[in-house]
Amino acid sequence: MNGLVEISDPGIANSLQDLGRVGYRHMGIAVSGCLDPLLARCANALVGNPSGCACIEVRAAGPALTVRQGRVRVALTGALTATLVRSGGDERDVPPWQSVSLDPGDALRVGFAAGGAAYVAISGGFETPLQLGSRSTYRRAEIGEPVALGMRIPCAALPHKGAHEYSACPWRHDEGPIRVMLGPQDDHFKPEAIAVLLSGDYAVTAQSDRMGMRLEGPALAHLTPASADIVSDGTTLGAIQVPGNGLPIILLADCQTAGGYPKIATVIGADLPRLAQLRPGQSIRFLAIDAREARQALQALETRWKWWAYGVVHGMPGAEIDKDWRAGWPLYQDGWCQDE
Amino acid sequence: METTDSLDALRLLPLGDAAWTVEFGARIDPALHGRVLGLLEAAERIRKEDAFAGIVDLVPTFRSLTVCYDPLLCDGERLGQTLLSLARTTGAVRRDGRHWHLPVCFDDDFAPDLDDLAQTKGLSRETVIERLLGATFRVYMIGFMPGFPYMGGLPEALEMPRLKSPRKAVPARSLAVAGAMCAVYPWESPGGWRLLGRTPIPLFSARDALSPALLTSGDRVSWRAVGRDEFTDLEAAASSGGLKRDSLLIGENPS
Repeated sequence: MNGLVEISDPGIANSLQDLGRVGYRHMGIAVSGCLDPLLARCANALVGNPSGCACIEVRAAGPALTVRQGRVRVALTGALTATLVRSGGDERDVPPWQSVSLDPGDALRVGFAAGGAAYVAISGGFETPLQLGSRSTYRRAEIGEPVALGMRIPCAALPHKGAHEYSACPWRHDEGPIRVMLGPQDDHFKPEAIAVLLSGDYAVTAQSDRMGMRLEGPALAHLTPASADIVSDGTTLGAIQVPGNGLPIILLADCQTAGGYPKIATVIGADLPRLAQLRPGQSIRFLAIDAREARQALQALETRWKWWAYGVVHGMPGAEIDKDWRAGWPLYQDGWCQDE
Repeated sequence: METTDSLDALRLLPLGDAAWTVEFGARIDPALHGRVLGLLEAAERIRKEDAFAGIVDLVPTFRSLTVCYDPLLCDGERLGQTLLSLARTTGAVRRDGRHWHLPVCFDDDFAPDLDDLAQTKGLSRETVIERLLGATFRVYMIGFMPGFPYMGGLPEALEMPRLKSPRKAVPARSLAVAGAMCAVYPWESPGGWRLLGRTPIPLFSARDALSPALLTSGDRVSWRAVGRDEFTDLEAAASSGGLKRDSLLIGENPS
């Protein structure tokens, strides 16, 4: 049997995202996908899904879902909690990093994302129609579906009532400066501009969305005023473009496929998910590394993800979730989730 | 001469750890663009024939080809060298597309930068419009956002750089210029180009699953001025699906 959930409250600015829409950039179609693919992969793992299933990305007030059909499993990742309202009226809190199963009539009221992007995964994924190979919402071009009131989304139902729940330690992103590779247009800047980028303290501004993150801080001087304009060329996620005012903009998942501002540097793939966790006002610093180091960082991240996934515990009986989740379940006693 | 120039300017630029930009030059020029299309075809063949090449996206522009790859699936350095040697040896390709005659309205609220551009260039508003209508634009690439056509062919007298601080919201279907380029924003979007008018014709329609973008690389575009009434009529016809794309072509019989 299939599961079916209904959006009973759309929340604010929530979107359906998977790992993105690759292969269409030549038509000007953004890659989209989760701003923090690591947290989305974790959320999927916590409901037993492969990494590519669509999740709801929450960046402000989360949505509310009501189960209409089937027993379904959901999990939250990131700085996000929810309230589970059983069809009988009982309520309990749902913390992130563990799954919970819902029966028809049960509702999940997702709270406010207190950090950066956070995710809600569901068994089988939110199965909205595929558009150009992906379920990712790309609002600027009305591709993919927005999370709207009354929308009914199919998912997978769990086979039987005695389903066990999944849990894991919270994923921890790397710390330290955001790593970049210089270029492709670092030669459009004065040498001191590179030094300023790599030593300056920048702050994320409120003028940030899924397309890009505008930064505030020391202006970066172009070589000449004419160097602030280029004949448009290809862009990608993480590219740091600098318009005439000298203030950098980091391109994110919904970014344009080509653009005419020179790109002084590009954030490496391993650090893109970290950008999704920065909120307006937070500071950001950059470190330049080379291609070999970038590759090592990405491989290390994938290894760490595998270790995290091996640590997903599958075993808490489903009924336990309605008792106090800390009492009587040794995994959740204080001190279990330590730093590595 | 042209070929030598392009080869001298050839550069392989890293766009982070998951993309290369092969740059043939810095100009908007049909010959340069032909070389981009030549490399595009060669790279498309590699993608088709070698599943482990790791190529995930190919983005041609006026003067460069951006090749996005999966850095865990392939050796990025080796892919870069392969692209560079292909760029040296692959010839130019020419695509000649269709010729569109698209309506544009120059009313004040559609053209917030028209007076400023005219003043800066020492031209009258009417002369700027006349020059725009007299030019034939060539579509070099679709990019920036779905269906956004980058067109060359703007008369030199109208060239101006982008705005220093981009607008947070450019209205959909704005006709815009920057440098030697002309474009139309298919969607509301942030943008730094100068807005000179608005067309009622949608440049992208997800309803048309086979060719969602109206224009493709190699097409030509001429503009014709329309008043507010015709603009409104065409806009209504387009949004109800009652406007045939073929009716906007020059020199082709509507099928």
